[in-house]
Amino acid sequence: MGERTQYDVVVIGGGVVGTAVLRTLSRYQLKAALLEKEAEVGWGATKANSGIVHAGFHNKPGSWMARLCVAGNRMYDQLCDELDVPFQRNGLMMVARTPEEEQILRRFYQQGLDNGVPGMELLDGDTARRLEPNLSGEITMVLRAASGGIVAPFALAHAQAENAAANGADVYTEVAVTGISCGDDGFTITSQDGGTWKAKYIVNAAGLFADDVARMCGLDVPSLIPRKGEEYILDQRVGDLVKHTIFPVPTPKSKGILVIPTVGGNIMIGPTALEMPRKDDLSTTAAGLDEILAFTQRLVPKIQRRDIIAAFAGLRAGSPTGDFIFETSHSGRAVHLLGIESPGLTASPAIAEHVAEMLAEAGLELMPKPDFNPRRPRVIRFKKLSDEEKEEVIKRDPLYAHVVCRCETVTEGEIVDAVRRGARTVDGVKFLTRAGMGRCQGGFCTPYVVRILARELGVSPLEITKRGRNTELLAAEAKAFLKGGEADA
Amino acid sequence: MRSIRYTDVAVIGGGPAGLAAALAARRAGAEHVTILERNHELGGILQQCIHNGFGLHRFKEELTGPEYAYRFIPQVEADPNIHVYLNTMVLSLTPTKEITAIHPDHGLVKLKAKAVVLAMGCRERTRGALTIPGTRPAGIYTAGTAQRFVNMEGYMPGKRVVILGSGDIGLIMARRFTLEGAKVEAVVEIMPYPAGLARNIAQCLEDFNIPLYLSSTVTMIHGKDRVEGVTVSQVDDNWCPIAGTERYIPCDTLLLSVGLIPENELSQTAGVPLDPRTGGPVVDEKRETLVSGIFACGNVLHVHDLVDYVSEEAEIAGEEAARHALRETADEAGSGRDGGQQLALKPGSNLRYVLPQRITAGAEVDLYMRVSHPMDAVTLTLSGVTLAKKRQVRPSEMLKIRLKAQHWESLFQAGKAPGQELLVAAEPSA
Ligand SMILES: Cc1cc2nc3c(=O)[nH]c(=O)nc-3n(C[C@H](O)[C@H](O)[C@H](O)COP(=O)(O)OP(=O)(O)OC[C@H]3O[C@@H](n4cnc5c(N)ncnc54)[C@H](O)[C@@H]3O)c2cc1C
Repeated sequence: MGERTQYDVVVIGGGVVGTAVLRTLSRYQLKAALLEKEAEVGWGATKANSGIVHAGFHNKPGSWMARLCVAGNRMYDQLCDELDVPFQRNGLMMVARTPEEEQILRRFYQQGLDNGVPGMELLDGDTARRLEPNLSGEITMVLRAASGGIVAPFALAHAQAENAAANGADVYTEVAVTGISCGDDGFTITSQDGGTWKAKYIVNAAGLFADDVARMCGLDVPSLIPRKGEEYILDQRVGDLVKHTIFPVPTPKSKGILVIPTVGGNIMIGPTALEMPRKDDLSTTAAGLDEILAFTQRLVPKIQRRDIIAAFAGLRAGSPTGDFIFETSHSGRAVHLLGIESPGLTASPAIAEHVAEMLAEAGLELMPKPDFNPRRPRVIRFKKLSDEEKEEVIKRDPLYAHVVCRCETVTEGEIVDAVRRGARTVDGVKFLTRAGMGRCQGGFCTPYVVRILARELGVSPLEITKRGRNTELLAAEAKAFLKGGEADA
Repeated sequence: MRSIRYTDVAVIGGGPAGLAAALAARRAGAEHVTILERNHELGGILQQCIHNGFGLHRFKEELTGPEYAYRFIPQVEADPNIHVYLNTMVLSLTPTKEITAIHPDHGLVKLKAKAVVLAMGCRERTRGALTIPGTRPAGIYTAGTAQRFVNMEGYMPGKRVVILGSGDIGLIMARRFTLEGAKVEAVVEIMPYPAGLARNIAQCLEDFNIPLYLSSTVTMIHGKDRVEGVTVSQVDDNWCPIAGTERYIPCDTLLLSVGLIPENELSQTAGVPLDPRTGGPVVDEKRETLVSGIFACGNVLHVHDLVDYVSEEAEIAGEEAARHALRETADEAGSGRDGGQQLALKPGSNLRYVLPQRITAGAEVDLYMRVSHPMDAVTLTLSGVTLAKKRQVRPSEMLKIRLKAQHWESLFQAGKAPGQELLVAAEPSA
């Protein structure tokens, strides 16, 4: 790879935070780019979290987490409307079973008031069960926050990148940043395969790897603490077990193990919280599953092991201080975002604004673009359309009459649209369209998705990957393993 | 704007069940029969089953899947009153038998039928396998997906394979992969006996020296990007892995062949009640579901091991659907069935399920059933009345047993009457 153009700002890391920063920058008259090491944006913690837009009563008043969580929460309606990303204010409930836990709930209620969380109330167990009939009978008190929500985080990161690109920003994928140097003409950023980018300012939004990137800038930062969270997804058949997101009272290390409705209509249970020695262990474990089941069945007794259809794990960028850390280097021209763990998803729109302010303070000129378009073309979700709309859509594009994923009723038209918007992999298609997310988990549609991806990208099916480099789905053409072309059976 | 179309019998699904049902409905006098098929061709899953072993019972020949399908497809195509809609996906079905479907050229199609035959088939179960601890690398497929990649798309998913589950598709794919030059390291089955047919164990594993590990399961998947290996452990009587029995098998591909489940999302949109034991609708001997005028047959009703029985069952459903449609034509108002004359059939000792689940008193019909565990020297009984004796029964082989007039006589003498329950059991012969 040769040298790229000179940018005003280069954002390193395409998670929900990096893409939010990129979109915010694309409002202004400047040249911005994003470098992401994976095949698509959103493959870090952004893909593998609980998808909760927190209310903001969990965090200590005055902390960055409390301020940016409450501020970020408030921005979600407009953000998801502009970008057509699934978002719902389903509300959340923190539950207590004992007088001691009730005391804790009252403290969180007060903390929420201090943080400016709107719409909170304390309910007795029976009142709460009238709203959520499947809550355990042992629950005696509930702190309910109506402003809590759920979102599709991977779709949000993709949408932010797509919209930023539509407004002139550049998005580079499969670019792992390995070196940063600073000279008179600004920063030179080099990638693993030899590409270089020039920038006057950089934003380090590399998530769990932000400490490594900060060190490339010569900063001596404490290491982030990889903390693994396993999550399990239940069949849609039991998708209406609860409407609110259900929290226990938290532990010192995490918000505890939750019962989480998702915008896709499945209930999810998790996450665990286990500190890991490494940054690359995303395995799920029998012990993790047992712990989650035991815990969540005490919140909602109807949860059953046999309803689980899928599992995943994410790694939190555990903060050594317990709060988000905003570091700078090079007189503020490099901004480093460290320890963006939960509520990082919720806070991300507010983090992006804060980062823009920091860059402005360091001298970056932010002149609004008169023609900035905050909206991206609407995404057709065939299953959700009325009969009349379905008819209309098929008339315009017959590919919408071909249902590829039967479990989730996802059409070829939607898959092609996702590829045109930036999906490159089978998992990317899955997370954007839900093809392969249903109860058969791609057992049926994978070959069709591979074929459509190959056709749209103009490559051989052998090049199609599950999630980027080294994850090719197919090994060879049939017969390739036969020496001398032996007979068929 | 779209208009509603009408038909006498609508058949949803153009696989072996749908084909036989459509032909039988026409033979029984239905004037217009409509087949709705989501694929671009008829034949269903048979089209990707290029091995032979189909039709031994019905045609006394060993046919491949496509060959078996072609015993039916030309007849369907030759009949001008069987209307075939390909590339047509049914989205919903109402209890009043109104179908909403989509088609690339016709757009949204509404079809009102006098009778409906559900013949959507089944899909592979993956769930059991998805909570296998470990990473989620590329290289994990259901056996059916692998079959489609190899046989239809022309690609090999990998070259060193472990197969979890000894279902028939998995066994067939073990042979296929071997013949394609890949190495099948092992087939791993959690039960103490194989899930697939004995003939497939012999012809697909033993003939190729592929080891079959019984009472074992995959307890860990290794590999970050691509599967690098699996840990296989023995299990105890409660299917719990036994510590100390772990063995690591290097491989680049894990195939799942852990069973099939009837595909009944659509049936549920019409409010058709399902039997949790079969995963398919509750039906009577006409293969009519508990929603009047909606019939079911083939793998959507219960998972079959032989297509021959699918065709047989589909003919019953097709014929009865035609009768229902004719009755509705003759008497638009009341064509309900007389459920009052029925008895309920329930599986008893060592029986996994029995079909039909409802039966009209005195009806001479074939009962289909599967046992829960293998057993030698067995007497099959119906509420104490002996139906048949078998030398050997296995869960993998569906049993077909005729319920005859003499059995009914004994049942009536024992005081059995409509409204009551009958218990089918597999007991050791005295
Ligand atoms: C199990 C779990 C549950 C959670 N639940 C919630 C929740 O419900 N609500 C909530 O608000 N928050 C939640 N969080 C936290 C939230 O997911 C994170 O705060 C958020 O996703 C952080 O986004 P990010 O962009 O900083 O990080 P990431 O999404 O990890 O993005 C970092 C990106 O940087 C890229 N990158 C790294 N190094 C380099 C390099 N050298 N060169 C180029 N690119 C690089 C990575 O590939 C990655 O795409 C949860 C986290 C976990 C793990």
